Amino acid sequence: MTIKVEATVNGKSVSADVEPRTLLVQYLRDHLGLTGTHVGCDTSQCGACVVHVNGQAIKACTILAVQCEGATIVTIEGLSEGDLLHPMQEAFRDNHGLQCGFCTPGMVMAAVDLVTRNPQPSEALVREKLEGNLCRCTGYHNIVKSVVAGAKAMSS
Amino acid sequence: MYNFNYHRAASFEDAQSIFNKSVDPVYLAGGMTLLPTMKQRLANPSDVIDLGNIANVSGVDQTNGGIFVKAMTTHAAVAANSEVVKRIPGLASVAGLIGDPHVRNRGTLGGSIANNDPAADYPAALVGLGATIKTTSREIAADNFFTGMFETVLESGELIVGVDFPIPDVAAYMKFPNPASRYAIVGVVVARIGEKVRVAVTGAGPSVFRISEMETALQKNFSPSAISDISVAADGLNNDIHAGPDYRAHLVQVMANRAVSACN
Repeated sequence: MTIKVEATVNGKSVSADVEPRTLLVQYLRDHLGLTGTHVGCDTSQCGACVVHVNGQAIKACTILAVQCEGATIVTIEGLSEGDLLHPMQEAFRDNHGLQCGFCTPGMVMAAVDLVTRNPQPSEALVREKLEGNLCRCTGYHNIVKSVVAGAKAMSS
Repeated sequence: MYNFNYHRAASFEDAQSIFNKSVDPVYLAGGMTLLPTMKQRLANPSDVIDLGNIANVSGVDQTNGGIFVKAMTTHAAVAANSEVVKRIPGLASVAGLIGDPHVRNRGTLGGSIANNDPAADYPAALVGLGATIKTTSREIAADNFFTGMFETVLESGELIVGVDFPIPDVAAYMKFPNPASRYAIVGVVVARIGEKVRVAVTGAGPSVFRISEMETALQKNFSPSAISDISVAADGLNNDIHAGPDYRAHLVQVMANRAVSACN
């Protein structure tokens, strides 16, 4: 049995017939082809799958697609405008905030959400708010630097 | 994850009616425990009843003596609620330390306490603050609600409506989190309500428990020195790869001390 799930993803109306057990991250990747959202740990710890649902950062590996019926969803693909990167993406590039890049979509989505709620975050606050995002290669120093720089760029 | 029948409940009554007609149903609140459990195939419900679209089941209300938090209120909403922050900052701090920001945006008060994970934060807050749980059929004192590991007095199909928290004079929560999962290896809530002091511990044992010896000592002298000599027996405490019973017993002492310091 499948259920039709309609939502607005990155400003576009989308629809797909999915099994109830389909996770949001599978809906995005397998049904809509939006593979920017990653599956890392698949146990709601690493944060590689963070997207925004109705304005809140959530882990797309731990929510069913059917729970998102009618939701407004933003993924990493929805941040840039064509070739113009979002200021937070640009900040990650400028500050070497990534190495392999696997955790980066989740980091950037978490960072945009935290800056939306805390427009001028301190380094300590950034570290606290990135508690749900794990990076296994750069360490966090440059990521935190990127988020602080991204926050400045977003406010200017 | 095994497949299941999905139902979007329109009300608590609707949810209970679907529950009663199903073979092996489960309610879905925030899903922060249920969905990972289903992904690991530790749970295999025939029917999942989603409570996420029911109107007026989340939010915080002021009551005569306290604060009523509706069952579907997320941890993020409790932590950020201005009334909670002003009147029971200790409760806001418990909610703000659960999981991580993304988990707090989904996880709910009702879901957490119905699940009663031995390492969950909220059970310590409810027992420590002397809260009352309101369900679709009755009111239950927090002291009588949590009965064992992943067990509560909730009957099959019974739903939590919300939790009534009295306003303490002062309360604080100190937690030693697992650095990966952010669950409490040990967490202690200390609250002073009039002449009474309550000390509630999560993470250390199979279910939340109080330490009456510390409570009595703190009622006489509400300072960390009053409990610095009171140790907790390691017998029966949890043992896993993160911490053994002796270490947990020690952490209870340390966290209780810090919680009392934070109150003063």
